[in-house]
Amino acid sequence: MTATTAASPKGRRGGARRRRSAGPLFVAPFMALFLLLFLAPLGYAAYLSLFQERLIGGTAFVGLDNYVRALDDPQLIHGVVRVALFFVIQVPLMLLLALLFALALDSGLLRFAKVIRLGIFVPYAVPSVVAALMWGYLYGPDFGPFAQLSHDLQLPAPAFLSDGWMLGSLSNIVTWEFVGYNMIILYAALRTIPEELYEAAAMDGAGAWRIAWSIKLPALRPALMLTLLFSVIGSFQLFNEPKLLMSIAPDVISSSYTANLYAYTLAFTGQQVNYAATVSFLLGLVIVIVSYAVLLTANRRRTS
Amino acid sequence: MTTTLPTAELAPPAKRAPATAGKRRRKRHSTPLTIAMLAVLAYFLLPLLWLLVASTKSTQDLFNTFGLWFSHAPQLLTNIKATFTQDDGVFVHWLLNTVMYAGVSSVGAALLAAAGGYGFAKFRFRGDRVAFNLVVGAVMVPATALAIPTYLLFAKAGLVNSPWAVILPSLVNPFGLYLMRVYAEDAVPDSILEAARIDGAGEARIFFRIVLRLLGPGLVTVLLFTLVATWNNYFLPLIMLNNPNLYPVTVGLSSWAARAQNGGAGSSSDMLALVVTGSLISIVPLVVAFLMLQRYWQSGLASGGVKQ
Repeated sequence: MTATTAASPKGRRGGARRRRSAGPLFVAPFMALFLLLFLAPLGYAAYLSLFQERLIGGTAFVGLDNYVRALDDPQLIHGVVRVALFFVIQVPLMLLLALLFALALDSGLLRFAKVIRLGIFVPYAVPSVVAALMWGYLYGPDFGPFAQLSHDLQLPAPAFLSDGWMLGSLSNIVTWEFVGYNMIILYAALRTIPEELYEAAAMDGAGAWRIAWSIKLPALRPALMLTLLFSVIGSFQLFNEPKLLMSIAPDVISSSYTANLYAYTLAFTGQQVNYAATVSFLLGLVIVIVSYAVLLTANRRRTS
Repeated sequence: MTTTLPTAELAPPAKRAPATAGKRRRKRHSTPLTIAMLAVLAYFLLPLLWLLVASTKSTQDLFNTFGLWFSHAPQLLTNIKATFTQDDGVFVHWLLNTVMYAGVSSVGAALLAAAGGYGFAKFRFRGDRVAFNLVVGAVMVPATALAIPTYLLFAKAGLVNSPWAVILPSLVNPFGLYLMRVYAEDAVPDSILEAARIDGAGEARIFFRIVLRLLGPGLVTVLLFTLVATWNNYFLPLIMLNNPNLYPVTVGLSSWAARAQNGGAGSSSDMLALVVTGSLISIVPLVVAFLMLQRYWQSGLASGGVKQ
């Protein structure tokens, strides 16, 4: 692709020809790695997903058999449903909090605004492994402060790591990690709203709430879309937090608790490479579909 | 509105701070709102406070004393020393590996994204739209759904269990390229490029001497993004590496945590104190870097988010 354009002699202005030939060269290193490390693995996974390893006769081409199996695999379906549930519960809560915090910071009504902003953002610097370990210990029945406090008050300790609470506990960890990140994206977008808009609105007698609703929220739409999109991707590939809590709550978190955990288990404990590739591929497809659905709904609402 | 933002709008907010402070001078502070937000702040800082307190304790004290206050025999230095000497000092390896993986990945990813973004923003060539749209579409493909296929491919190529297995996949950052393209469109004026060309400067020279400087803040944002992403990465190194000496700190800590748990999680084992202290040590550099560089986050995110 790039080689042919380099030779094309369409340039008219002085230096234009060299300019045209330089473009592909700047893009080439990224695109080469993109091809090798992004598209090639996807293609390879698609290829692998069409084969099956048999006890007799080695690897055989099976067409779409792996996909048929996957769509009927209760462990995979439960894993996908669980992350979908997680997405539906955790993401709106997290984005709402991020939005409220961003608006509060932008309102100029806060004392210690800078300290508050940085403090909420800091968990993003904490690796999810450390966050999950930390919260896991905090939740724990042995030396977690919640259990200690309830013990002192002679109350039953909250069962953060029980089956019923686990999804909520995981949501809390992820929310703790990412609210600040989303808040900063939204806050940065708020800061780019021109001052004249506020002045004009105030002149028309608009109050603080009215300004927030009619000026700030519409201006935040693209930034909100961005955070929503990242959240779709993040929640559907949930892995680190459940993987780490697995060792403290092995009875609750099974090896197929989330779709991604299932793919990992298939590949590395089950040695079912072809089926793992199928599951990864399907999971990626689900995420892309959900992302596009989110984008389309948002765009339709804007135009209608 | 946003597509016509001048370059000045994309400058780091520090430069705009005086103006913003001035524009909000009429407003008074709200005490109820401040108190509410301080409560929120407490929620975010409490786990970190716990970690700080916990890393001064022996494993026994972790079980026997209240989590959010110090024990009678604080031993932070003992814990740090134990963390660094456990398993022949493997923790030092983990820290250095993390620094190396994150450093090489983020500098490499930022430069690749800057060159690519500049190429897409300022040059027209055959296939540029298709290529760019392909990259933007890839933003939605999750890294972990890609990790197992990448592992399978690398296993075939004999690349697994080496630093490259962790670094190479981190070099490709589609969102970074998108961000740099958006940024380059405004931050690199065509007139400067034309002037440099008339002066006879080569394209490479223009890029390294002029463009990179103009792309500075956007470049730092992508650098920070990738730095955090690779510093925090767990899934990729977990599947790619099985030699403990190559682990980054995240995989190393989780292996210690699993050992602490399997050892009965009892107060007899010292592992637990090491996991806690190791966690604290591993987050200190990144938190410090964050607080020092936080203004870049905001400016870079503004250009990416607003103009999406």
